[in-house]
Amino acid sequence: MARMKFLCDAERCIDCNACVTACKNENEVPWGINRRRVVTINDGKPGERSVSMACMHCTDPPCAAVCPVECIYPTEDGIVLHNKDQCIGCGYCFYACPFGAPQYPRVSNFGSRGKMDKCTYCAGGGGPEAPGSAEEFAKYGSDRFGEGKLPMCAEMCSTKSLLAGDGDVIGQIYKDRVDQRGYGSGAWGWLTAYHEDVDV
Amino acid sequence: MKGDAATEGTEPRGKSSVAIFLAHLRLATLALMLLAIAAAIPATAQQLAPDGAPNPTASGVNQQTLLKAEPRIEGYIDIPDTRARVLVQPAGRTWDRFHEVTLHWFGTIVIIGMIAILGVAYLVVGRLRISAGRSGRKVQRFSAFERFSHWLTAVSFVILGLTGLNITFGKILLLPVIGPDAFSGLSQVTKYIHNFTSFAFVIGLVLIVAIWFKDNIPRKVDIDWLKQGGGFIKSKHAPAGRFNAGEKAVFWLALLAGIAVTASGFLLLFPFYVTNILGMQVAQVVHAVIAVLFVAVILAHIYIGTLGMEGAFEAMGTGEVDLNWAKEHHDLWLQDQLAKEQRPAPSSADD
Repeated sequence: MARMKFLCDAERCIDCNACVTACKNENEVPWGINRRRVVTINDGKPGERSVSMACMHCTDPPCAAVCPVECIYPTEDGIVLHNKDQCIGCGYCFYACPFGAPQYPRVSNFGSRGKMDKCTYCAGGGGPEAPGSAEEFAKYGSDRFGEGKLPMCAEMCSTKSLLAGDGDVIGQIYKDRVDQRGYGSGAWGWLTAYHEDVDV
Repeated sequence: MKGDAATEGTEPRGKSSVAIFLAHLRLATLALMLLAIAAAIPATAQQLAPDGAPNPTASGVNQQTLLKAEPRIEGYIDIPDTRARVLVQPAGRTWDRFHEVTLHWFGTIVIIGMIAILGVAYLVVGRLRISAGRSGRKVQRFSAFERFSHWLTAVSFVILGLTGLNITFGKILLLPVIGPDAFSGLSQVTKYIHNFTSFAFVIGLVLIVAIWFKDNIPRKVDIDWLKQGGGFIKSKHAPAGRFNAGEKAVFWLALLAGIAVTASGFLLLFPFYVTNILGMQVAQVVHAVIAVLFVAVILAHIYIGTLGMEGAFEAMGTGEVDLNWAKEHHDLWLQDQLAKEQRPAPSSADD
């Protein structure tokens, strides 16, 4: 089974935010929720780099470990899904997530959080809803993965900076790029997410 | 070495070694600063392309260099969500380890350990009886308002304790028994109960502190009480005022732990209102560790107030204690009470 991963080649990211828009549109994510975002390091200074970040679908996912109701789990493809029916909105997954991926809609009292929402790798939800059903789409968004397609963010990336797919394949693509151009700022988040880096 | 010798010659030996130490410290600091600057240079220096030509686009920030320099990589973001500025924070995995390994062990050892200690105390020391037996005469110990304040705090503490422990231990103890859907429904309800009961607890704590602060200020008699083992070690009862040193310890621990769990709890209740991700993680660690210790202290408090001592519970139950119980445990306080009863109080200001 392929191990699905994301890789953002920061030397190619132009901070166009098309991935953010593609994600919001594809999954009809509610207002105020950003499953994917682009962060610019050293903005306006020499050496500025932008990185597109969402859930990295970690190996040994810390969000799943800390969840008090155990509603988050990795699939056999390494995609981290969750069941919104069981989520209690405690916010612990956000404290544990190295990438700030979990998002919470605001509900009523204090800073009370609703059911957690995050990138599903466009693979639908982790709940009991039938894959590709309207109920699943309303709660979790698109199930492109079930149709054999990759996440919309990576598919829409104009510079092919954001790569999605089998970790070995996209790791090799990045490695080849670095070999050819002679530099690279690293596979952002890989060491933290997958306990391994792309050896360049 | 030359400088060292010079200072040694002119100043007393002790002082000169301090001066040498400070000089070394300054040198070490300078060296460290130089090292830090040296380490920062390659990150910004221009790298060379494979053909040896300087490459202007190769001077970009490097992930590993950034992570070595600071625990979190932060940047600029187009959306007005400051939390989203943090790109990578490996500390999330550290917090995960604390929450899933350290806290589980710490909580288990402290709470089960306290229950074990209390069990041994019950088996070895047993229930502390009123040595002289009951006199049948009652003395008012706590007013209705004092008891209300105590029970407001106590009931809310038990609710907070159980609902809090559910968040940490529920998935190990309860989830396999009642199943994931029932457990998640229960946890959703207990989360709200925990959030709202916190206010009752804070009100109770404020009342308790306001009412009993004066009587809990440590006095000389407390040292004697501690020296005599508080009546636990010897069968003889140590003198004590309204509250003995043990009760005072519970009072101050409850106040300090109460402040810590309240402050950290409100940070968690209003996430990211005043702090960032590091602050939230620290708040959770403080909240969990202090709460576990607090539960252990209160378990001991509950034991001594119910099973552990005859005649103690009625003080908070009906508000009246037996005269002989008061004589044995709070003799100085009883003297004052009886003196007050004998001669009617001349004025309310005479307190």
